[in-house]
Amino acid sequence: MKPLLRISLLLTVVLTMGSFSGPSHPVDEGYRIGDIAEDFSLINIDGKMVSLSDYENAKGYLLIFTCNTCPYAQAYEDRIIALDRKYSKMGVPVIAINPNNPEKSPRDSFEEMKVRAHQKKFAFPYLLDKEQKIYPLYGATRTPHVFLLERKTHGNEVKYIGAIDDNYQDAASVENRYAEDAVNAMLEGKEIRITTTKAIGCGIK
Amino acid sequence: MKLCVTCLFFVILISCNRAGKKGVRKVDEGLKMGLPKNVVTDGAIQIGVYDFEGLEPLLNRKNGKTYVVNFWATWCKPCVTELPYFERLGEKYKDSGVEVVLVSLDMPGTLDKKLLPFVKREALTSRVVVLDDPRQNDWIPKVAEEWSGAIPATLIYNKDRRAFYESSLTYTELEENLNALTDTK
Repeated sequence: MKPLLRISLLLTVVLTMGSFSGPSHPVDEGYRIGDIAEDFSLINIDGKMVSLSDYENAKGYLLIFTCNTCPYAQAYEDRIIALDRKYSKMGVPVIAINPNNPEKSPRDSFEEMKVRAHQKKFAFPYLLDKEQKIYPLYGATRTPHVFLLERKTHGNEVKYIGAIDDNYQDAASVENRYAEDAVNAMLEGKEIRITTTKAIGCGIK
Repeated sequence: MKLCVTCLFFVILISCNRAGKKGVRKVDEGLKMGLPKNVVTDGAIQIGVYDFEGLEPLLNRKNGKTYVVNFWATWCKPCVTELPYFERLGEKYKDSGVEVVLVSLDMPGTLDKKLLPFVKREALTSRVVVLDDPRQNDWIPKVAEEWSGAIPATLIYNKDRRAFYESSLTYTELEENLNALTDTK
C-alpha cells in the first residue's frame, strides 16, 4: 500500500507541475511564428473601430506597429504605403497601429496621427493602441515592427515577424525584401524562407 | 621588451598606413576598434563612424576592464533622458576599470546637424562613437542574441560575463547592474 501511495503522490505532483507549466514560452514575450494571433478592436483615425474580422475577404494581414515620430518609422513610411498598394488588392491589406502613449510622445497623439495620415494619404487604417494592450500581446518592441498574419479557418496565424527589408537608409540599396518575400511565399502556399528578422527601431513609449 | 616596442611600432605604422590610405583620421585609439569609415568633427570633438566590423572589437574586449556600452540616438527621447546616468556612472567608476562608451545610431546624414551639436551642448565626457551599418539583421544578434533592435539598449561586459538590457534604466538600476556583473563573490 505504501509504495502505491508514494507512486500516486509522485504522479499527482508530476501531473500538477505539467498543468502549471502552461504554454512553452511566457505570454509576455509575445507571439512566435505559428501562433494564432488574437483579434482586436482599435480606433481608427476616422473614429471607427477596426478589427481583423472586418476584412471578410482577406487572405492575411500586414500588421505594422509604427508611429509619427520615430525616424525609422518615417524612413519606412513610403515603403509601407507601397506595401499596402501592392498587397491590399491581393487580399493582404496593411493595418498600421500606433502603439505609443501620446502622454509620453505628444506628437503621436490621435490628432497628430490624423494629420500625418492625411499628409501622406494613407489608404489603410492607422489605429491607436489606446490602452497599450495589443502591442505587448503581439510582442512588438519597436516601431516599425511587422507581423504578417495568414487568415485560416482556425484563426490568424503568425507567419513573419520583423523588419520590412534590410536597408532603412536607402530603399534603392535593399537586397532582401523580407516582408514582401514572406507575403509572396504565403500567397503561393510556399514555405517562408526567413520568418523573423531584427532591425533597429524606436522602443515603444 | 625590445621586441614588444618593435611590435608596437609596426602595429602603429601599419594602422597609420591603413588610415592614411583611406584618408581617415585616427580616433578612438584606446578602444582598439577597426578603422572608422568616416570621422565627423567640431572643434576638439572627433567622432568616429564605424560599420559593425569596425565596432565589433569594442564589444568583445578581454582585458581587465568592464565596458558599459549604451546604444542610443539623439532622436530617441528615453535614450537622451538616461544619458546623464551613463555620464555619472562613467565618472564615478573611471578609476575602477569601468569604461562607458555611447554608441550613437543617429542617421549618417544628420551627424553634423544633430549629433555633434548635441555632444557639444551636453558636454558629454564619455566616448561617443557612431555605428552606421544598415545590415541590422546581421549585426543585432552579434551584440546580443536576445536584442530585438529597440533602443535604448545597454551591454555591460567584461572578460568573464555579459549582461544585456533592452530597456530604459534608472541610475540605480544601471549601477546595480554594473555591480552585479563585477561582483565576483
